[in-house]
Amino acid sequence: MKPDLSIDIAGIKMKNPITVASGTFGYGPEYADLVDLNELGAITVKGISREPWDGNSLPRIAEVFGGMVNAIGLQNPGVEGFCEKYLPFLRNYDLPVIVNIWGKTVVDYAETARMLSDHEGIDALEVNISCPNIKEGGISFGTVPESSAEVISAVRKVTKLPIIPKLSPNVSDIKVFAKVAEEEGADAISLINTIPAMVIDIDKRRPFLANVTGGLSGPAIHPVAVKMVWEAASVVDIPVIAMGGAVDAKTVIEFLLAGATAVALGTINFRNPLTITEVVKGIENYMVKNDFESVDQIKMNF
Amino acid sequence: MDIEKVIVEEHEYVGNDYSVLKFKAPIVAGVASPGQFIHLLIPRLEGSILRRPFSIYKVEGEFIYILYKAVGRGTKVLMEVRVGDKLSVMGPLGNDFPVCNEDEFPVFIAGGFGVAPLSFLAKTLPVKGHLFVGGASNCDILCIDDFEAVDCKISIATVDGSVGEQGFVTKPFMTWYKEFGKKCKPVIYSCGPDAMLRAVGEFAVANDIKCYLSLDKHMGCGIGACLACVQKVYDAEGTIVQKRVCKDGPIFSAESIVWEEE
Repeated sequence: MKPDLSIDIAGIKMKNPITVASGTFGYGPEYADLVDLNELGAITVKGISREPWDGNSLPRIAEVFGGMVNAIGLQNPGVEGFCEKYLPFLRNYDLPVIVNIWGKTVVDYAETARMLSDHEGIDALEVNISCPNIKEGGISFGTVPESSAEVISAVRKVTKLPIIPKLSPNVSDIKVFAKVAEEEGADAISLINTIPAMVIDIDKRRPFLANVTGGLSGPAIHPVAVKMVWEAASVVDIPVIAMGGAVDAKTVIEFLLAGATAVALGTINFRNPLTITEVVKGIENYMVKNDFESVDQIKMNF
Repeated sequence: MDIEKVIVEEHEYVGNDYSVLKFKAPIVAGVASPGQFIHLLIPRLEGSILRRPFSIYKVEGEFIYILYKAVGRGTKVLMEVRVGDKLSVMGPLGNDFPVCNEDEFPVFIAGGFGVAPLSFLAKTLPVKGHLFVGGASNCDILCIDDFEAVDCKISIATVDGSVGEQGFVTKPFMTWYKEFGKKCKPVIYSCGPDAMLRAVGEFAVANDIKCYLSLDKHMGCGIGACLACVQKVYDAEGTIVQKRVCKDGPIFSAESIVWEEE
């Protein structure tokens, strides 16, 4: 029997458990020539703020062994720019759209969420309380439980859309933050964001990135992410979207066994965007081999 | 744009850390135009996750050539690729050089292996032009045969004076421009180090010469998603906006570029 790969996250019907990590797949059109977007369970677009934002100076990325460190700085066209330029394009696909949002203040987050909620074609908001690359907001909200609660609760009040706080790995106990999110009315959580990191140019004897520090992503962080997903999933009843260094079916299935309901592919999209198709096929093969009829059965057998 | 598994047909070391890699890539070769680049997954590059961008040097039928210099870890490992190896190529990527009109005179200004995409371009333009090519030394002067084959005039400059005029490539170009620049309608096409591009671009803007520069920035995805390689430019209304070198470029008109202080 053909296994059922579909899942439901807070009412978002995904035909398979694969999405993309915010910031690694643009807003959709960038990869549309290479990948059939309909193959994704959902698309998660690059972070959107209330107003357009220029991001950091260059260099913005550095490759390291097993991954890369980025400090793009959340460059984006703002709510209006996104809704005018990209949302109509995305509506052409049979594809749930998760919009990642960020702000520098609690009011920014709430306002961004409220503005987006007025638009057709958005299925959920991922609330980025964990970006390491902006000085205000971002990670400073995600590393203090009270601040996380404040942001999530403010967003919760202004939108009926499912909200998915994206958690920072830069905390001593991820379980605390997972529970805070659930208590404040989150419909799901996603983790992990990139790990704060730094690369030094030894010839110039100064930091390589213009932003000095950045966030590490790629296969190097996968085991860290698996542990945190496993811990977070053990303390909440809401679904977990896992991300952090997944590169193939095996690393994705690890997340599903650790308790995730869905998994986002991130940095690997830069190397090979066709990984999406390969992973979906790989999950199906794994389910056939193990006689799993639904994706849920994967975590139930861990 | 596509991702193609390609087979290495030839890999020739041409001296001083420069090599030419030829591979069979029917899909990419079928649609590639001068100025575009490919994003190559370098095999056996330990611990590496990202592809590396290379401008297209030549297209012959189903074959694509790239000319590269082993300058970093990636290109050093690329040198070890052998005939018959399979590579993953994404491309062709980016925009291409606008083609000049028949009443215009193409001027190619190249630094080092920046000459590669200009060689591809010279073959496709409706008129013959003049190549100004510079490098540190005589072994950094490449692709001269390609330009001779299409009857281009050629001026060379080297920093050490080992061949051509001593100094930067902008020197023989300026001399030429003083004498002939006003008599023809020059269109500059330039590719090479940032400092050279800036000198060429600023001269072109000051003298109201049409000029296209091929920019090189540290890239991530290569297709406009990650926003690692942005460049500040003036849009049609004169507002400063950020464009993606990999997707909106790599070719930009000189007057659009906002040069920033180093």
